[in-house]
Amino acid sequence: MRLRDPRALFGLTVLVAVAIAAIAAPVVTAGNPNAQRDIVATRFLPPLTADLHGTFHPLGTDRFGRDVWTRLVYGARISLGVGLLAVVISVAIGTAVGAAAGYLRGWPAMGLLGFTDFALALPRLVLLLLLAALWQPSAALVVVVLGLTGWMPIARLVHGEVRGLAVRPFVEGARALGARRARVLWRHILPNALTPVIVAAALGVGNAILLEASLSYLGLGVQPPTASWGSMIASGRDTLVNAPWVVTAPGLALVLVVVACTLLGDALRDALDPGAAKR
Amino acid sequence: MLRMLWQRALVGVAVVTGVVTLTFLLLHAAPGDPAERLLGPAAAPQQVEAVRHALELDRPLTVQYASWLRRFVRGDWGTSITTGRPVGAMLRAAWPATARLVALSLLLSYALGLLVGAVQAARSRARLDTTLSVATVTLFALPGFWLGLMLIMVFTYWLRVLPAFGAAGMDADFLSGWARIADQLRHLALPLLTLTLIGVGGTARFARGAILDVLAQPFVAAARAKGVSESRVLARHVLRNALGPMLILLGLSLPALFSGAVLVETVFAWPGVGRVMVEAVQSRDYPVVMAATAVSALLVVAGNILADVLAAWADPRVRGAAREA
Repeated sequence: MRLRDPRALFGLTVLVAVAIAAIAAPVVTAGNPNAQRDIVATRFLPPLTADLHGTFHPLGTDRFGRDVWTRLVYGARISLGVGLLAVVISVAIGTAVGAAAGYLRGWPAMGLLGFTDFALALPRLVLLLLLAALWQPSAALVVVVLGLTGWMPIARLVHGEVRGLAVRPFVEGARALGARRARVLWRHILPNALTPVIVAAALGVGNAILLEASLSYLGLGVQPPTASWGSMIASGRDTLVNAPWVVTAPGLALVLVVVACTLLGDALRDALDPGAAKR
Repeated sequence: MLRMLWQRALVGVAVVTGVVTLTFLLLHAAPGDPAERLLGPAAAPQQVEAVRHALELDRPLTVQYASWLRRFVRGDWGTSITTGRPVGAMLRAAWPATARLVALSLLLSYALGLLVGAVQAARSRARLDTTLSVATVTLFALPGFWLGLMLIMVFTYWLRVLPAFGAAGMDADFLSGWARIADQLRHLALPLLTLTLIGVGGTARFARGAILDVLAQPFVAAARAKGVSESRVLARHVLRNALGPMLILLGLSLPALFSGAVLVETVFAWPGVGRVMVEAVQSRDYPVVMAATAVSALLVVAGNILADVLAAWADPRVRGAAREA
């Protein structure tokens, strides 16, 4: 991928900046995202004001007098972490299922593909709601559930690639040299099938971040007082009129990060797939 | 055609059965005893035992599953824990509101998305295409619940022109004729706008790609070469052929659309299946959650079949492939 592509440049810049801010959260913020001092005196301060202790609030404070900027940066840890981990799980399962279905023949492949299509037809959020209702909601549960419900498109992609690659001369060559099936799959086919997976993963991270925010907004994801962009939006919902910044800031952060993931995915696809690049 | 429909219906039944089985298994795999969850922490051991017996929880899992499936097929979905009303009646009252919202936003976002995608494809790589791409990517990335809150802030609190909650005003029963329709439309405006705006982004992105694929085909060059006007090439040759992939997208995007509706209904207190479901989840009202899961799977599967039928109607090659299969 050439960084001259403005989409890739924008996407990478935003994601790297947010990731650095999230990692260096204690340095770039006032510290504790749950700190409350004199709630009555420090709550609902508009952006770019200082409270009576002299602490400066670049994005204002919420209804408990907590600094919105600090919570935003600590919330990025949850958003990026949950999104990345969920996609790692999805890619692992999807690649395994897709590769198995592509390399096996007959009824095992049919079974795997049928199961993939079945899982693809489930309304993902509904399944997430069901699981969140039955188990105690937590960040770990959200990661596992998002991972377990996001592997199907990847399995289909890998399956298509593996089927296409299995008949290519270099694979036949490897087989003719006496390589075992597992080795042919692992060393020759899978590395060549990974291109569309990388693209799908970039798009998948954005999607997972949105779903995590949705679950947290409904109170079924990361539990308060832990800061997450979804739960921040939920906590500012009732004070939309007198403190719109509490809802606006995390929403804009979400849009920015998801746009970055999408643009990066688009740029990767065009760079890695010459057929689509001509567009 | 009929054979394809039959196949699709069989797959649909399998999916719904799978969902029902999955919800059953999850409920039983979840920590805690359903009877204790039903009664709450204050229940006496004898009460729990009685409810366990009434719910057949003391019988083997296979027997429980068989009777659960039998009751589900008969439409006997139990009683809501929080409202005490039959679950079936609650969902029957709620699904038309969801269907109305989802169908209208689907129609609007498809019409708009196709239009934007076609304009972009026709002006591919020009500045207009880039501008519209930035707009569609942003719409695509918007969290529906947040967009809803922003629209409420602007249209309800600042401009004071549109209501933010419910499907009808408090005085709806006293309105008649046009006033009543106007009231309903005003309540529909913001949820519909939210759901449509999120939908347009994805649809336009897909439409642009699908149309560009068709534009690269030799028959388009042939049509241009024989002197067909550009607008006629687009309308008769390109859009007609891009319709197939668009209709397939319709089926695939239904689960996402339904998920979006769940959140948008919650934000706008829209009395649909999504809100019933979220409220049931938040109050741990298991019978309602299970039934709503099954109903939403049913809606998605029905929509998928409809999309397949439409795709076959739009593209004779799909019909041919179904006949050979």
